[in-house]
Amino acid sequence: MGKFIKWGLPALSLVVLAAGWWLGLAWAPPDREMGDVQRIMYVHVPLQWMAMVAMAINFVAAVTYLMKASWKLDAAAEASAEIGLVLGTAGMITGAIWGRPTWGVYWSWDPRLTSEAIMLVTYTGYLVLRRFVEDPDKRATWSAVVAIIGAINLPIVWFSVRWWRSLHQVQSTPKTVDPEMTLALRVSAFGMLFLTLWFLVQRYRQALAERQAEVALPDALPPDLAAAGGANSTRVA
Amino acid sequence: MSTPRPRPIGLLTATLALLRKDLLIEWRTRARLNAIIFFALATLLMFSFALGPDTKLLEKNAGGYFWLAILFASVLALGESFRVESENACMDGIRLAPADARAIFLSKALGNTLLLTALGALLVPVMVALYGVQIVTGAVDLGLILVLGSLALSAPGTVYAAISSNARARDVLLPLLLFPLVIPALLSAAKATTLVLQGDPMNQFGSWVGLLGGFNLIYWGVGFLLFPRIIED
Repeated sequence: MGKFIKWGLPALSLVVLAAGWWLGLAWAPPDREMGDVQRIMYVHVPLQWMAMVAMAINFVAAVTYLMKASWKLDAAAEASAEIGLVLGTAGMITGAIWGRPTWGVYWSWDPRLTSEAIMLVTYTGYLVLRRFVEDPDKRATWSAVVAIIGAINLPIVWFSVRWWRSLHQVQSTPKTVDPEMTLALRVSAFGMLFLTLWFLVQRYRQALAERQAEVALPDALPPDLAAAGGANSTRVA
Repeated sequence: MSTPRPRPIGLLTATLALLRKDLLIEWRTRARLNAIIFFALATLLMFSFALGPDTKLLEKNAGGYFWLAILFASVLALGESFRVESENACMDGIRLAPADARAIFLSKALGNTLLLTALGALLVPVMVALYGVQIVTGAVDLGLILVLGSLALSAPGTVYAAISSNARARDVLLPLLLFPLVIPALLSAAKATTLVLQGDPMNQFGSWVGLLGGFNLIYWGVGFLLFPRIIED
């Protein structure tokens, strides 16, 4: 399993992603109205889907953490928020690149774009909070609370900005596009899924190792230093 | 709970006691209220300078500027509401009392609501004078929005102020966490206020008030449930 995660998963994701993007760029027909510009869909849509997957993992990890605290859940929450933010940002940039030739503008205040921008700011705040709290216990609990509150807010944001105005085209799913495009989109999405899983596992392991190092610190130090460190972390029960 | 222990103080009693304590501190110094009033007044004035003397534009956007001034001032008020507890480890003292920890949330959030509502009530005449607006659909509507909007800023704001008051760089952290969160509240409060100031021919006021009410229900509930986890040690 360890070997598969280290070598198999990245290899698999790169091969599937390369196949998906080849299908999308070379094999699938160009869009009737948008032409070749539409081909960015094979990058943009999988990125957005996987950002949602990562944020959903973050939410589940945060809720579970508050019910049963564990460093593994905290590490999973940190990993998924960070990966989700990277994927979402990349998704938003590819969307803007597509929007310019299609809508004539990079950005529009449509509900989907606005909500996603707010989502990205929300999770940036979440990650900043994680950097600004030293105590691992408090960091884990507080960031779980912030993650839950932030996630609850997203549907409300979506609902409230929809009352403003709307411009975004109907969501791209296999049902709304040509069968050949569907295949290319599906393969690209699976490639992106494997890549995301690989990122998540790597980042999760890193975060878990960091947590263990932080928590183990007083014991790992020489006795006199550990006593000083221990006195710092003594709490009123 | 079979172990014999003194009967804990009820949630409502504890909330009112803490609220009374906070209001007393506020009344004796009046530091927080004075600070946010002058801050919000300066903000309202700055909007006029930023736009130049374009009275039409100011009148059109008055509702938005009004709520932005309250939002910016709320960051100061919320941060200060927990700063008073961090001196002399007051928070530890409150937590040691045999009372429900959620009373701390309720009292702080209600205190902040009162402060922001008072601020808003003081800002209304200034806004009317500076921006040349009229209260078309009535003062009751405006009062309703003011109370609901203050409640909506206070509930998540209290939770985040409790967190950021114990973190590094708390002055940066609070707005960073709070601003994206209160966008729906800001949006609906500003829209509803604009309708009050400019008339409501399409009868949209009710739906924005509904959105604001729903936002309040959700965040007062979530804050009430999650707050004890933030201050536990």
